[in-house]
Amino acid sequence: MNVEAKPLLQVQSLVKYFPVSRGLLVNRKIRYLKAVDDVSFDVFDGETMGLVGETGCGKTTVARTILQLYHPTSGRIIFDGVDLTELPENEMRKMRARMQMIFQDPYASLNPRMTVGTIISAPLDVHTALSRNEKQDKVQELLRLVGLNPDFVNRYPHEFSGGQRQRIGIARALALNPDLVICDEPISSLDVSIQAQVVNLLEELQDRLGLTYIFVAHDLSMVRHISDRMAVMYLGKIMELADRNEIYLRPLHPYTKALMSAVPIANPRKARDRKRIILKGDIPSPLNPPQGCNFNTRCPIAQEICFKSEPEYREVAPRHMVACHFA
Amino acid sequence: MKPLMELIDLTTRFHTQDGVVNAVNGISYPLEPGEILGIVGESGCGKSVHALSIMRLIQTPPGEIASGKVWFDGRDLLKLTEKEMRSVRGREIAMVFQDPLSSLNPVYTVGFQISEALILHKHMSKKQARERSIELLNLVGIPEPQKRYDAFPHQFSGGMRQRAMIAMALSCEPKLLIADEPTTALDVTIQAQIIDLVIKLQSEINMAVMWITHDLGIVAEMVRRINVMYAGFIVERGDVDDIYNKTCHPYTLGLLRSLPSIDESPGTKLVSIPGLPPDLISLPTGCPFFARCAFRVEQCRVERPELEPVDNAGHSVSCWRWREVLGANAA
Repeated sequence: MNVEAKPLLQVQSLVKYFPVSRGLLVNRKIRYLKAVDDVSFDVFDGETMGLVGETGCGKTTVARTILQLYHPTSGRIIFDGVDLTELPENEMRKMRARMQMIFQDPYASLNPRMTVGTIISAPLDVHTALSRNEKQDKVQELLRLVGLNPDFVNRYPHEFSGGQRQRIGIARALALNPDLVICDEPISSLDVSIQAQVVNLLEELQDRLGLTYIFVAHDLSMVRHISDRMAVMYLGKIMELADRNEIYLRPLHPYTKALMSAVPIANPRKARDRKRIILKGDIPSPLNPPQGCNFNTRCPIAQEICFKSEPEYREVAPRHMVACHFA
Repeated sequence: MKPLMELIDLTTRFHTQDGVVNAVNGISYPLEPGEILGIVGESGCGKSVHALSIMRLIQTPPGEIASGKVWFDGRDLLKLTEKEMRSVRGREIAMVFQDPLSSLNPVYTVGFQISEALILHKHMSKKQARERSIELLNLVGIPEPQKRYDAFPHQFSGGMRQRAMIAMALSCEPKLLIADEPTTALDVTIQAQIIDLVIKLQSEINMAVMWITHDLGIVAEMVRRINVMYAGFIVERGDVDDIYNKTCHPYTLGLLRSLPSIDESPGTKLVSIPGLPPDLISLPTGCPFFARCAFRVEQCRVERPELEPVDNAGHSVSCWRWREVLGANAA
């Protein structure tokens, strides 16, 4: 990746709280679920930024807030120089043509009553003034691009397998030639042998079309495979962010280390030799995150300071950010 | 060693509107006492159906265990009456399922559901069962088991529910634990906890474990022997090191190569297996992997290979071209 490349997307101090009310009429209290709590990162033109973390870490909320599907509680999202959080809805709609999303569940994200042709041309209907024939040509071109037979336009989603449906979702996301594609766990519902097909397709499309990806997933080895840089999230915060090799070779945060050691290795000798860090307990509820460092309830090296003050998210080596008192 | 369980030619089909689905197609293998066996394959390969067939939990109709024998501790489970089978389930063979939320009853406390098996199978009094259940909850690492005994499933996190399921499965000290993708719905750090727990418990009470999964990474570190399944057949079987290092079946090889390795160099392309698994309603006459195979020859299209031994160490494969596959793997 080109280091001097300009950031296509800047996420600055992004905060997203969801109000959760408790009690009825009497003693009514509103509490906040802190889904994303002060997250900042840049995404450069043409790179793939991986967001990893476990259930409830806020990775999907970050993705959705970038697209303004949720309005952030505070913070700025600057896409190509424009602050999206201040755009009126009609201008935001135009902006969305340049940023698209691929969803996790290829069964739920395609309307079962629409043909593949209708699904893929829907964004063209909204955002372009193409004629019917032009649209038809474009749909066929897109189907070819994602490796599906263009004669499939009149078929319905149920006639396709999971991997093929995910290809349809990709074709729909690419219909408007977007700059940024957010992939939200695009392969986690697919079989292993099909996962590789879809990941290879995404990489190929990136090379051909110069796309920028934000790749959200919980599978560390797959994120490492596809990303240029990756951010590890835990309970709404970024714990560590670095180039993928840096983060693999020199993980600094104890959570990253534990996560790395928990990834299954498909090699019996290596798997037996490595030392696993087994974390104790469960992820705390984002309704009631711990005081001090978010990770202190499970951290193997936590000291007194970790329960008192929150570690600063800082650059400890060039392009290597981490939030830990002991990194 | 005399096997604890031996499957002989187990065949399970489902009669559907579209035709007969050949879910499990004549599989045979032994399982030794205390062995950890991994069953690996993708959706629809018959790995879960074969486990449910062993437990006789296939709904008939539409399902049907068409033929075969399941020898378990000296008798054929498929010949038992439903009443006899009920005393096998839970007491001799226990099962843990993928989704712990839907396998726990939401309207009973977790403790009650563990006690139930103890009262039923071990004829314990309520009080004894309660004490034993609390011990078990403690054993599987649930904090404050005294308090948690009276909690309902929705008050547990995903990892805790799966621990409770394991406590329930272990309550009667079964000879065999069948774990059907028990960690698929869990996060990696929680998955690591569960795997650690099962290995520890397995060696303590010397039960056999059958770990069903689609993830070749998980089984690499915990099992001794692996059955790789595809389209209802066992395509390769052997010790874990042989499966990974002396791979003989092109499907196993494809699965291994389609995984990104955590220490790969940048820019490495994944090798994917082209195409899709065959339709189980109309299986090809030859090798079921024929359409997707890079090693196929004419013989593979017309003649279905049988599972044949590769060496004397129990490594076997069903492929006409396994010598070539092994050679390509070494290269």
